Amino acid sequence: MLEEKHHFKAWLYLSPALALLLVFTFYPIFNAFYLAFLYNFDYMQRTAEGMTFTTEGINLFHNFRRTLQDDLFIRALINTLIIVFVSVPVSVIISLLLSVWLNSIKRFQGFFQTIFFLPYVTNAIAIGMAFAVIFHREYGLINMILTSVFGMEEGLNWLGRVSVDESTPAIRAWFQRYLNLPMLSLMVFITWSGLAFKIMVFLSGLQSIDKQYYDAARVDATPKSRVFRRITIPLLSPMIAYITITSFIGAFKEYTAIVGMFGIDLGPHGDANRLITIVGLVYKSLNEMDSVGAMSRAASAAIILFMMTLVLTLFNMYVSKKRVHY
Amino acid sequence: METIEIRLENLTKVFQAKNKEETLAVSDLDITIPAGKLIGLLGPSGCGKSTTLYMISGLLKPTSGKIFFGDSDVTSVPPEDRGIGLVFQNYALYPHMTVRQNIIFPLENIKMEKKEAERRVQYYADLVGIGHLLNRKPVQLSGGQQQRVAIARALVKEPRVLLLDEPLSNLDARLRLQTREEIKRIQRETGITTIFVTHDQEEAMSISDEIILMKEGVQQQKGAPQDVYDSPGNMFVAKFLGSPPINIFDGEIKDGKIMIGNANVGRVEKKKNQPVVVGIRPEGFKLSERSSFQVKVEFVETIGRDTTLIIQNPKASKDQANDIENEDMNRANTFRAIVDADEKIKPGDSIKLNVKPHKTFLFNPETGELV
Ligand SMILES: Nc1ncnc2c1ncn2[C@@H]1O[C@H](COP(=O)(O)OP(=O)(O)O)[C@@H](O)[C@H]1O
Ligand SMILES: [Mg+2]
Repeated sequence: MLEEKHHFKAWLYLSPALALLLVFTFYPIFNAFYLAFLYNFDYMQRTAEGMTFTTEGINLFHNFRRTLQDDLFIRALINTLIIVFVSVPVSVIISLLLSVWLNSIKRFQGFFQTIFFLPYVTNAIAIGMAFAVIFHREYGLINMILTSVFGMEEGLNWLGRVSVDESTPAIRAWFQRYLNLPMLSLMVFITWSGLAFKIMVFLSGLQSIDKQYYDAARVDATPKSRVFRRITIPLLSPMIAYITITSFIGAFKEYTAIVGMFGIDLGPHGDANRLITIVGLVYKSLNEMDSVGAMSRAASAAIILFMMTLVLTLFNMYVSKKRVHY
Repeated sequence: METIEIRLENLTKVFQAKNKEETLAVSDLDITIPAGKLIGLLGPSGCGKSTTLYMISGLLKPTSGKIFFGDSDVTSVPPEDRGIGLVFQNYALYPHMTVRQNIIFPLENIKMEKKEAERRVQYYADLVGIGHLLNRKPVQLSGGQQQRVAIARALVKEPRVLLLDEPLSNLDARLRLQTREEIKRIQRETGITTIFVTHDQEEAMSISDEIILMKEGVQQQKGAPQDVYDSPGNMFVAKFLGSPPINIFDGEIKDGKIMIGNANVGRVEKKKNQPVVVGIRPEGFKLSERSSFQVKVEFVETIGRDTTLIIQNPKASKDQANDIENEDMNRANTFRAIVDADEKIKPGDSIKLNVKPHKTFLFNPETGELV
């Protein structure tokens, strides 16, 4: 009796949160799966020719297959993977080194902490615009340094359109298509704007490590690099795992950085969608709402993204179970 | 293992806080610690024991003064070059490493050949009795076992000096007793010059070859535990050593007699008449019919072969009764006398007490110095 009362109360207290989750999280997830398996869904008419698995002669993964055959999706997929697997490790390592350095200095620590933390409280679009100026071909800071300090004759066209020369060997063409100057600029921006939060987490982690471990290591004549590898990194590993997992998830969803730097064309002028990501692609599908099946393809793209994120997160968690010391 | 003497010369440490406030943690210590001995550094919390130990280890820089290991001045030698083993109060075992990895860590730092390192790890793990726990992580060990791992880690590089900072304070009473015997045994077997910091007088008295008693950063007395107990140099030393603690009375010297109120409890030669603090050890009383020190017994505690009498006396100092459970008694002026359990004494009995002269100490009430 008492037990039941408690259950009732628990559900009552949870209900506001559950209602919100239901409306804004669970329903959209369910709906995305539903859309992805509709056949020839017409969003304008709200009609479909049945589900893919009930329609004769139609593959269960009809929408997924069409998505994967779409060149733009492949480009979005590759761009996303590049952002995930390059920017995350780079920014985790840089922020780790910066935090250790910040933690070790005595003077100006607060000053530098503030500097590194500023991006966190600044609007991403605003920072993106600032970076667009920094990378500007004629007035940009980077090109100014390249020409005046490194004596280059002409600055690089960091944010300019990419032209792919089809006659070049396949590998070089691939680089021209994907690992080009705009992508490099974007990556610098993403890495930099992700540093603040990571540094904050790492720094608080470092400060909570008992100083006696370092005293003990010192008495035992432990070289600095070994202290870092054998003591700091393992004791910080829960934070490193947390940051890595959340950064991977965040990077899979990257979109705002590209809008901030390149505008809603998601690419340099005259080269729209050069830097499109999966989320960018899904978002752009809204423009094609009136074409039959477009919503279903967008939903399938979202589900592909979800699956990739899920697999990588599970892998991350598996690795950290083995390697992380709690 | 080579054993060395440690010498502290005018060792002083002043901590300066951010607001420029200064703390004199250690003041002008002049101590010689003989080679191969176990020295107990004893004193109440905050008296500068850890600070002294960390200066000897090199982790803290002295404000002034010098530290010698044997003949060499190590004052400005960094800790890693001093050849010391240090056991921290909470052990500071690396939580992510196994016991074996913890113990071998110092040897890997000096790139010792693997076979020899493994042999040493096993030897010292066996010496401290944790040889069968090498593959465990520290969290899987009891406090006593962790403490032994910390000792093994400190010993494995065969240091010239072993420094222990309150190593038993995290252990329960039984384990503490057992482990302090263990430390004594290990110290004897290795012959390594050892400094053992503690605030527990019984602990220090039971295992040290010599104790150094400190108060507010200043050395009070140094010597063999029993010698210091038998002839305390001042009231602080007399009060700090002994359990139950020494009884303190407001008394006076009158015509060569030591008086507590109207009772004569002894004689002194060649001392002018003056008020004094009379300290009498609880075991310093004898039942005697021919005494003017007549008192009424309040409580009787018999534990084993001793009977402790708790006695009210208006001249007894209050702070000596702190460990009495009874609230009313806590506020009363009481003292304790330990007598033979054969004496059949009941609460309420009136008895006469004689006082043993060598268990009686006279102090100046203002300075606490011996009269
Ligand atoms: N790092 C420090 N900064 C300022 N004051 C300190 C510091 N370490 C210790 N002290 C002060 O020095 C005195 C002695 O401390 P400590 O040596 O730790 O005492 P003990 O080990 O005998 O308990 C205390 O008053 C303590 O507050
Ligand atoms: Mg201490």
